[in-house]
Amino acid sequence: MAGMIEVKNLTKWYGNYPAVEDVSFEVKKGETVGFLGPNGAGKTTTMRIITGFMPPTSGTAKVAGYDVVEQSIEARRYIGYLPETVPLYTDMTVQAYLSFMGTLRGMNPKRIKTRIDEVIGICRLGDYRKSLIGKLSKGFRQRVGIAQATLHEPQVLVLDEPTIGIDPIQVVETRNLIKDVGREHTIILSTHILPEVSMVCTRVLIINEGQIIAEDTPRNLAERLQGVEKVEAEIRGPEEQVTRALNGIRGVVSVSVTSDSDRSIYSVEAKRGLDLRSTISRVVISNGWGLLTIQLVGMSLEDIFLQLTTNEQIPAERR
Amino acid sequence: MRATLTAALKEAPAHLPLRVATAIAVKEIQAYFTSPMGYIVALVYLAVSGFWFGISISGFFPEASPEGYIRNTPFLLILLAPAMTMRLLAEEQKLGTIELLLTSPVRDWEVVLGKFVASLVFFIGTLSLTLYYVILLYAFGDPDSGPIWSGYLGLILYGATALSIGLLTSSLTNNQIVSLVVGLGILLILTLIEQAAGLLDGTWATVLSQIGLTTHLDDFYRGVIDTTHIVYYITFTMVFLFLTVRSLETRRWR
Repeated sequence: MAGMIEVKNLTKWYGNYPAVEDVSFEVKKGETVGFLGPNGAGKTTTMRIITGFMPPTSGTAKVAGYDVVEQSIEARRYIGYLPETVPLYTDMTVQAYLSFMGTLRGMNPKRIKTRIDEVIGICRLGDYRKSLIGKLSKGFRQRVGIAQATLHEPQVLVLDEPTIGIDPIQVVETRNLIKDVGREHTIILSTHILPEVSMVCTRVLIINEGQIIAEDTPRNLAERLQGVEKVEAEIRGPEEQVTRALNGIRGVVSVSVTSDSDRSIYSVEAKRGLDLRSTISRVVISNGWGLLTIQLVGMSLEDIFLQLTTNEQIPAERR
Repeated sequence: MRATLTAALKEAPAHLPLRVATAIAVKEIQAYFTSPMGYIVALVYLAVSGFWFGISISGFFPEASPEGYIRNTPFLLILLAPAMTMRLLAEEQKLGTIELLLTSPVRDWEVVLGKFVASLVFFIGTLSLTLYYVILLYAFGDPDSGPIWSGYLGLILYGATALSIGLLTSSLTNNQIVSLVVGLGILLILTLIEQAAGLLDGTWATVLSQIGLTTHLDDFYRGVIDTTHIVYYITFTMVFLFLTVRSLETRRWR
């Protein structure tokens, strides 16, 4: 089946500055795709084009097969959207607001009623049903925003920075909420927080300066960009000899030691695709030293991200 | 959950434009009562019109006619109509809620229609509070019914046009005060244009006085309901509502 979201050669200029340049990607049904990039990378612009809020300068975007410009109303029916600023009518109660949004989405009154009960349950807003939105804290407003976006059971959910500006506990809750919702919906979410992507997304698009510079699963991306495998081991034994022995193992590129008082942690870098854990443990034990811990250390997405956005050559004219 | 999802998808959401416009109108009418602005506008209107009514019935030769305040109301509306509409679209833009509104499967004109109807209902509601004066007139005198009702009809038509101008200015900015002042300016110009016409003669004088917003009220005050004037106000209102829709559309391109 074709992708729920198909974006082809999307370009958006603000005056003579390109916010998004020739971006193409596809999101299949049931996927949760993370849009990762620093501020001003073009994430919000791309999302605003997909949701039909603004048209692209060139290129096309389709949601469920409907062009977001030519068949905008049809395309919008499939979308639930949470903009970055979580815009809400502060003078309405949670319930009145959800009911209003339901009507806008063309839901019939009966379904609005049952769905409001459901999303209020899912988003744990039960105690705040009749509260004015203006009186709610940021985290609760976020929940109202998600409730609003999922109310009409859209096939596609577009969430722009869903966890920005809320406290850590609420962040965890929001992520769980997204994961729950993600089982039934196609989700595209943007973030500049790396761990979030590996926690909730099945695929990552890294976007910088308006262009997609990498695309993969969080795991593959980590592996692909890694170049080396890194093993960290805590070994009890004479430091010099241990280092020499580790360096002697085939495939090892470098060994470095960090030690404090009575622990020494060796970090061993090996060529790509080699898992040296069993070899290392054999060497350590056959020498009669103590192997306390050993683990494979992948490069975190955070490192990759830094690498990606700092190593890329940025053409002068785009600055 | 799956089952409800597929069931929901089968039920193709019938798009009922008027349902959406009504929902927007109802929401906005409620907002007039939850914000102080609605009360302030109504209060000012009632206080000033009451004052004018009082003056007109307590002169040397008191007349059982509401003309005193009906004739002055258009001038009051130069300020009050933009005050009634300034929130409607400017606040959506300020709060960012316009983003959700315009990404819902809703056409721009449905949004504009809903907002306009809300302001019109609120205006007519406020105006109808002055019927109290009319009741007093009937209770204590023998007023001429014709000019009263045609006068009210004229005010409603004039008010509709003034509100559509206010709605347009509200769509142009995210600042309510800017919306108010610009709306007030446009209304002032369209009112003063009649006086400007007095300085000229010939075709220009006729054209200018015909454009003038208040020119067309005179017949209504006299108890004459002329289709020309009704068409004038309705046309002007439509033009400004159309421009508002356009303005929302261009917002997407900015």
